[in-house]
Formats: sequence, structure tokens, C-alpha cells
Amino acid sequence: MTIATIDGAPTAVPAGLARGRGGGGPASKRVVVAYGFWIFILSDMVMFSALFAAYAVLRGNTAGGPTGAELFDLRNVFIETMCLLLSSYTCGLSALSAERRHPGRFFIFAVLTFVLGAAFLLIEVSEFARMVAKGAGPSRSGFLSAFFTLVGTHGVHVASGLIALVYLAAQVIAKGLPAVVLRRLLCWSLFWHALDIVWVGVFTLVYLMGAP
Amino acid sequence: MLGRLSWAAIPFNEPLPLLSGAVVGIVILAALATVTIKGWWPYLWREWLTSVDHKRIGIMYVVLGLVMLLRGFSDAIMMRTQQALAIGSAQGYLPPEHYDQVFSAHGTIMIFFVAMPLVIGLMNFAVPLQLGVRDVAFPVLNSVSFWLTATGALLINASLVIGNFARTGWMGYPPLSELAFSPDVGVDYYLWSLQISGIGTLLTGVNFVTTILKLRAPGMTYFRMPVFCWTALAASLLIVAAFPVLTATFVMLLLDRYLGMHFFTNDAGGNQMMYVNLFWAWGHPEVYILILPAFGVFSEVVATFSGKGLFSYRSMVWATLGICILSFMVWLHHFFTMGAGADVNAFFGIMSSIIAVPTGVKVFNWLFTMFRGRIVFRTPMLFAVGFIVTFVIGGLTGVLLAVPPVDFVVHNSAFLVAHFHNVIIGGVVFGALAGINYWFPKAFGFTLDERLGKASFWCWLIGFYLAFMPLYQLGLMGMTRRLQHIPDPSWQPLLLVAEAGAIVIFCGILCQIAQLYVSIRTRERRLDLSGDPWDGRTLEWSTSSPPPAYNFAVLPRVETIDAFWHMKRIGRAPAEPAYEAIEVPRNSPAGFVTAFFATVMGFSLIWQIWWLAILGLLAAAAVVLTAGWSIEREHEISAAELAQMERAR
Amino acid sequence: MRYAVPALALVGAAALGGCSQGVLDPQGPIASAERLLLINSTVIMLVVVIPVIVATLAFAWWYRSSNSRASRDTDESYEGRLEFVVWSIPALTVILLGGVIWIGSHQLDPRAPIPGKSDPLRVDVVALDWKWLFIYPDQGVAVVNQLVIPAGTPVEFRLTSATVMNSFFVPQLGSQIYTMGGMTTHLNLLADKPGEYPGFSANFSGDGFSEMRFVVKSVPAADFNAWLEQVRGTGSALDDAGYAELAKPSKAVAPTTYRSVEPKLFERIIDRTVAGPARAGIGGAWRPLRQAGG
Repeated sequence: MTIATIDGAPTAVPAGLARGRGGGGPASKRVVVAYGFWIFILSDMVMFSALFAAYAVLRGNTAGGPTGAELFDLRNVFIETMCLLLSSYTCGLSALSAERRHPGRFFIFAVLTFVLGAAFLLIEVSEFARMVAKGAGPSRSGFLSAFFTLVGTHGVHVASGLIALVYLAAQVIAKGLPAVVLRRLLCWSLFWHALDIVWVGVFTLVYLMGAP
Repeated sequence: MLGRLSWAAIPFNEPLPLLSGAVVGIVILAALATVTIKGWWPYLWREWLTSVDHKRIGIMYVVLGLVMLLRGFSDAIMMRTQQALAIGSAQGYLPPEHYDQVFSAHGTIMIFFVAMPLVIGLMNFAVPLQLGVRDVAFPVLNSVSFWLTATGALLINASLVIGNFARTGWMGYPPLSELAFSPDVGVDYYLWSLQISGIGTLLTGVNFVTTILKLRAPGMTYFRMPVFCWTALAASLLIVAAFPVLTATFVMLLLDRYLGMHFFTNDAGGNQMMYVNLFWAWGHPEVYILILPAFGVFSEVVATFSGKGLFSYRSMVWATLGICILSFMVWLHHFFTMGAGADVNAFFGIMSSIIAVPTGVKVFNWLFTMFRGRIVFRTPMLFAVGFIVTFVIGGLTGVLLAVPPVDFVVHNSAFLVAHFHNVIIGGVVFGALAGINYWFPKAFGFTLDERLGKASFWCWLIGFYLAFMPLYQLGLMGMTRRLQHIPDPSWQPLLLVAEAGAIVIFCGILCQIAQLYVSIRTRERRLDLSGDPWDGRTLEWSTSSPPPAYNFAVLPRVETIDAFWHMKRIGRAPAEPAYEAIEVPRNSPAGFVTAFFATVMGFSLIWQIWWLAILGLLAAAAVVLTAGWSIEREHEISAAELAQMERAR
Repeated sequence: MRYAVPALALVGAAALGGCSQGVLDPQGPIASAERLLLINSTVIMLVVVIPVIVATLAFAWWYRSSNSRASRDTDESYEGRLEFVVWSIPALTVILLGGVIWIGSHQLDPRAPIPGKSDPLRVDVVALDWKWLFIYPDQGVAVVNQLVIPAGTPVEFRLTSATVMNSFFVPQLGSQIYTMGGMTTHLNLLADKPGEYPGFSANFSGDGFSEMRFVVKSVPAADFNAWLEQVRGTGSALDDAGYAELAKPSKAVAPTTYRSVEPKLFERIIDRTVAGPARAGIGGAWRPLRQAGG
């Protein structure tokens, strides 16, 4: 049985093949994992854009019910936003600590990130509860359906992120900070920052543009 | 305790679904019994169910697609027969409540569980081999993707015997699909089955974009990749950009149905037009996800079987990327009749015809590849020639439909049905069958029987024309789609011709089943010992048939397009390369087990068995978290082991 | 083989039956213009498609490996001029088609009144489960599953659905348009001469969809007025009770006339659909339209 074998040094990259044209061979694990996760985040952004589009279409369909201007409490929204933005900062600090192999500092910033994210969720859930109690729940009108779904989906992502943070912190306790765990932490922080970006969109398009 | 589920969900008093369900049930039980009696479970578990090898996963996708083709085709022949019989005062044998489910299931199954798996299966099998690497970027995720798709297929088939399927058509337009007009489980089966398999598909998209852009053999720059990999890349980009829109749309419809929200309802501020827009914003890229890899298969097949490099590789690549981008700018042509106004309609009509330019370029490139080549008519090449002729006709009618005032008189008619079957059968199905015949020897080590392959081609070709050309005419005569009863007896001759065509296609399917059976029985006569049965041009043909699990002991160094052809021409003497230790991904049960719990969760959500749904979700999450805990994802094959394995082959 | 001749005869006979009904047998200016566009676009495309098909079969046959007379050229060389032609042919075709599309879409916009005609007859169309209600708001009558119009007079439709999405379509008169709950779409058609033309729903709407057919009867103008008088003299009134009865699901409904119609019934149906089952009050006071879309 003959198989066409291919000779030549397997690892040497042929001269003249610029990395930019993609001739450098398979990329490293770290690059591949981060790149793949970025693509996944982009797909998540597409899903959010569909929800944003639905909100844009339905924002005026209040069906005789309450409007955003009547419902939104901008002070709470501001506090929420600050919590989330700050949590992105602490997330960055935790990522730096992990990269520099300082598990202690990593945990401090991870806990801070968790607390700030949880505070965001707490405020958001209480806002939702307040609105539902007033009869402005998601089944009241198309506008409210779109509002609760867009903001709620973001909230579900934040909640998943917090669960994942606990899970990854447990991994750090159990396994330390080998390359595999570092890659996962990198993905997590990409996810957390992306959620922040989505929130900026929500904050602007929903709350600022819908308020009195 | 069991939500909406009760014994009444099983159609004891309806012979048709009961009988077909019983037959399917018996077949499945017989298969499971055979596997158990023969003691194949350890082998199956180890080599297939927990495999993360792209080749195995690709084969399983294709098997899923072919099995579901039988189900989708049975729906088709039921519809054709009903329409051939129920004319004038005759009522046929399928009452509307059933007929509506049959055509809805037919469309849903054919698109999501036949065409997608076939295309993704071929991509899975061939792309890493063509790129000269060992596997995709995320092998465990790949397994998850497959098994979630299988979950969706299982759920849809469950609707045959437990409850009923949607009666809305495969697009599920509201308000018909809302609770007010579809209060039963049918639409829920549709939504959950597609949401779950949609996650699988999205992960495939992410996987392949990363693989193609970040994992290629050394020296393989972008413009040295095989064209099939370019089309796989374009399709994967489309998946990443389009499937999340479908996810969001179905989430909204599910929220309407489960939590009483008002995204698309008639009342309280819902907007049904928004569903139509969102659905087709996914739907149009979807058809390009299906056709682009088929185009890629044909590019490989035409070049290989003409003994000539593909004419103008570069313009093929640019045409592919052009189609990829343009496919996002045409979606409104699916509903010109919704009343958007002349400017909007004209814009989308023009964009839709612009997309015909890169498609036309591809056709010309294939023709010029054949020009002055040395054409060998094996089965894949027959499908390629059949495809060019058939697809071009479908493209013609597509351009007609892109002219809004013309669309106003043929929208939703049998003319439309003929058009999209024209391009899907002529394009996607022929492409899948060509790809299967082309890569079968690489996957299994022996070629398929050529005579039966050719017979299946001719049956499919003739059957297609007989079944669908009459539909063009019927559409012009005023026959709309989805009719359970035909009002005009003068349509009957054409409907009978269409029925005959369906029977001929059935013969084609029988030929394929026979081809598989005979080929396996007589495989000793057609062993592929060289690994290169067609004198191929791309890297997959440089491996043995089938390749080892790790594909390449040493990653090939690529210097040109059609890397393998170039290597053969230069005629390198086989020297034993310097082996280095390689890493190969371990098997993982994560995909199979996650999908199992996803099935439980999906079924429970459909029947509103809330406690079971939560359990299923938690269990699936637990599997994901457990799989995500491990650090040892790969095992190493040392250089010595590698050398030994290579010498033994 | 012995089935070939009868099979061909069957196919031929089937094919020839197509020209005396439907889209290829227009009975009004909209349908005629649309048929012309269909034929023109087909011809434009055939100019490219037929040579391509011929070339495909010719190349496949001529360059088969067993043909020793064919010249072969397996050297892959780039041919710039050929490349230019390959891109130009589709591009030029599409540019031509683009013009056809732009002009045609504007000339045949369903919302636009029929050019050269004035004084349209107004008809309000409501899609129900599973029948069609035609209201003549200016004449104060209504009909189910039958649309009587005077020949040569333009008809200006306002359309909606009381339930799910349907599509109002009379192939021999021209364009179809969707009918959607809570929204109004617009259509303008005209029948040239007296005749009977089948119509139906072209968007699947449920179990009774296949039976959702109606007939358009185009009659001479004088006969139309006589018909109106006759309708006003018989049948029941389409008041709230009558409408509530009509709105119940039914299929294959025989043509029924109503001698009088509740004023602004079309607008009330829209409001009712938007208000939804929980809030709907049959016979509630008319409120201004909330959503006029389409």
C-alpha cells in the first residue's frame, strides 16, 4: 500500500510566506480559543441586534398601556450602569492578576466583580418586579414584551456570567492557573466586557431615549 | 404531574400516523435489539457515539440526513398523492388537519434535518483533510453540535406519535402560529426542535470559521485553500451571522406562546410583519448556507473529473464572498406582496438580481473548467452536469420572481414551489449526492458501485423534471401552494405527471439504498488502496482511505493551489519523514449526554412538564460543567508510536 | 419504451391546457402588464440560459475522455479576456433587468390608482376563517365569497384580516396582496370586460384554506346597479349580530349577500382585531384607528 508521503521539515515555515497572508501554519491554542470565543460573542451580538430591532419596531406599541417615560427610574438605571461598568474594571484587574499568576489578587478582584454584577442584577430584578406590580408586565403590550425581553436577555447573560465566574474560580482553587484555565478566564472576561458593551446600547437606546 | 401530556396524545383513532409511527417504532426497536444482541454497544460507544473525530462526526451527519430524507420524502409522496386524488368532488385520503401537518413537517425536515446535516456532514468530513490539519478547532463542541441536531430530529419525529406537529407551514408565520390560532403542541414541537438543533448549528459555524481561518497546514495561504474550504468558510460565516436571528425570533414567538407576550399577536401591539422580516433575514442567508458548500463540491468534482484545475480560482473566491455578503441584502423578496411600496420592493428586487451575477460567474467558470479538459463521467460528474443544467433553470425562474410585479402573480403559487425545489434539488441535493459519491472511498476505503450510482442519478434527474416542471405551469394556471383539495379538474393531468415524477424519484432513492447495500457486500472488488481513486488534486487524497484518526502524521507543507496535484507532478520520492509527537483529542461523552438531557428538556417544555424541564436543563448544564472541568483533553502519540503506525499502514 | 409515446402525449396535453386561465390569461390592465413583464423577463434570461445549457451539454459530450478528436489543454493559465466576458454577461443582463424592475415596480405599485381611469368603486375586503367578506362602503351592502364589479371601472380595495394572514388574489385581474390583522393594505384592479374570474387566498391560513375561494363577477355597468338594487331587497343585515355569526369559523361558504352593512364596519373590524379577544366588545363604540400599516 503506497501512500503519497510528503517530505520536508514539518515545522519550518517556508520563507517568503508572510504571516498576514495566512501561510504560517496552524495557530496556537491560545489564539484559536480566543478567536473562536470572539466569533461566538459576535454571534451573540447578532442575537442582541435582532432583539434591539424588535424593540425599535415595538417601542411605540404601548396598546394604551404605560410608556417608557412613565416607567423608567433613571436614578436606579444609573446606579446599575455604574455597577456594571465598575465590574468590567475589576474584571480587567482580575484578568491581569491571573495572567501574572497571582491567585490571591485574582480572587479579590473576582469577588469584587461578582459583587458588582450581583448588585446590577438585584437592582434590575427589583425594577422588573416594581413594573410588574404596577400592571406593566411583559404581557401588557408589544412595547413591554420587547423591553422585558431585551433587557431581560441581557440580565440572563449577566446571571450566567456570574455562575460561570463562580465555576471558574472553583477551577482556579482546584487546579491553579495552568494555561488551560487561563484561556478559560480570558474567554470569561471577553464575555463580561461584551455584556458591558451591550448594556451601553441598552442604556442609551432604551432608557435614555425612552425617558422624559 | 405530566403537564399537557396524557394518553390522548397518542393517535389511537387515527390509522395513518398510528401505523407509520408503529412502523418507525418497530424499525428502531429492531435496530436497537440487533445492536444489543450482537454486542456492538461498546464499539458503537467508543468509536462513534463519543467520537470527536471530524470524520466520524461527518459520517454521522450524512447518515442522519439520509435517514431523514426517507421521512421527508414520505411526506412528499403523501402530499403528491393527495393532490392527485382530491380533485373536484373527491376528497382524497388526507383530511386538512393531517395534510397541514404533513406539508409543515416536509419543509421543516427537508431544510433542517436533511439539507443542513448533509451539507454540514460533508464540510465536517472534508474540510480538515483539505486544510491539511488533524481536526477542527473545537472537536468536543463538534460532537455537541451533531448530537443536538439529532435531538431536534428526534423531537420532530416524536410529534408523529405523541401529539401532533405544527399546522402552519415550515415558516410558522404568526398570527397562525400564535396561541390563539394554534393552541396545541404542534408549533411548540416545531420551535423547540429547531431552537435546540439551532444551537448545534451555530456552534458548527463558530467551529468552522475558526478552523478555516486559524488552522491550516503550513504554507497554505488563503489563496491556496481548496475552493470547497472557501465555500465552507462563507457558509460558516453566514451561519454565525444568521442563526442568532432565528434564535431571537423563535425566542420571541415562544415568549408569546408561553408567557402571553405580544411580539407578533394581532392584539396589544404585536406586529406580525416583524416576524416575517426577522424570519427571512435568517431565511435567505440559510438557503445560501445550503447552496454554497454544494457549489464547493461541484468545483472540486468538475475540476477533478475534467483533469484540469478550476478555471479562474480567484474569481470563484470573490464570487463566493460576494454571494455571502449579498445574501444579507435580499430578504424582502420573500414577501414583496406584503405591501412595502414600490421603492422598497424595487430595491430588494434589484439586489436579488445582482446576486445572480456571482452565481452566473461560477457557472461560467465550471463550464470553462470542462472546456478542453478530459472529462470522466463517474457518478459525481454526472450530478455536476445535471446540476448545471437544472440549477440554471431554477436560477432563471428565481430572477423572474425577483421582479416584484411578476412576483405579485406567482407568489406562494406552485410556480414558487417549483422554483425552490428546482434550486434545492438541482443544487443542494445533487451536490450532496455528488459529494457523498466523491468522498465515500476516502471515508470507507472502497468506492460505491458505479452502475447503481448512475441509475440513481438518472432517476433523480428524470424524476425531478417530471415532478416539478408541471408545477411551474400549474402555478401560472392559478394553483396556489399548500392546497389540500384541488378545485379545478383541468389541473389533474399535470398533477398526475407530478405524481409520476415523485415515484421516479422514489426509484432513485431505492437505487441509492441498493447502491449502499451492494457496495458494502462487494466492497472487496472496489477497494481504494492508493487513497487517490479519482486522481485528485487536493490534500485529502494524499492520505490513506480511510485516513488514520490523526489524518496526517506530519502536517503537509503547501506551496501551491491544488497542493496534492502539485506534489504528484513534482513526484517526491517517498522518504520517511522525521516524526514528532502529536496530540490527538480524546473521545468525550459530553455531546451525546448533553443532547440526551436536551431531548428530555425539549420534550418537557413542549408538554409543559415544568419539573422535568428544569431537571433536564440542570442535568445538561451539569454535563457541560463537568466536561468543562477537565484539563486533559488530548492524549499524546509519541514519535515512536507514530512511526510504527505509519509503517504498518 | 412503449410507455414513452403515451407519456409524452399526456405531458403535451397537460402543457397545452395552461393558456386559457390564470396568469397567462389576463382580463385587466394590471394582469396584462404583469404578464408582459413575465414574458419579457423570461426572454431576457433565456438569451443567457439557453446558450449556457447548450454549452454545458456540448462541452460535456465533446470533451469526454473517450473523444480522441477533442483538443485538450490541462495547463492552467489565466485568461483575462475570458474573465472579463464571464463577469460582463451576467452584469449586463442584471443591469437590464434592474431597469425593468425599477420601472415595473413603480408602474405596477398596488397602491397606485389605475392610470387613465377615475372614479373608482371602493370595496373593503376582510379575510375571515375561511371565507371572504366584501363590503361596499359607499353602497351600503356586503357579500360573502362573491365580488360583483362593473366592467371597465377601476376598483380601489382596502384589505384586512379579522384573523390570520391571508392573501387576496384573482390571477386573471392581477396582483395579490397580503391581508393582515389590525392593518390595512391597498390594491387597485380593473376588469376589462364582463366575465367570471376565480379568486382565492394565496397565503395558508388553516384547515379551511383550500375552500377559501370566491368568484369575481364582472358585469356591464347597468347590470351592476340592477344587482345592487336586488341585493338591497333581499338577505339579512350585516349588523353586529350578523357579523358575530359570520366571524365563526366555517368553510366552503356559499355566496351570501347582505342588504345593509353596519357603518364603518371595516374600521371596527380592525379595531376589534387590535383590541383582542379579552377586550373586544362586539358592538362597542367606534374608536380611531390605532394601526394603519401596510
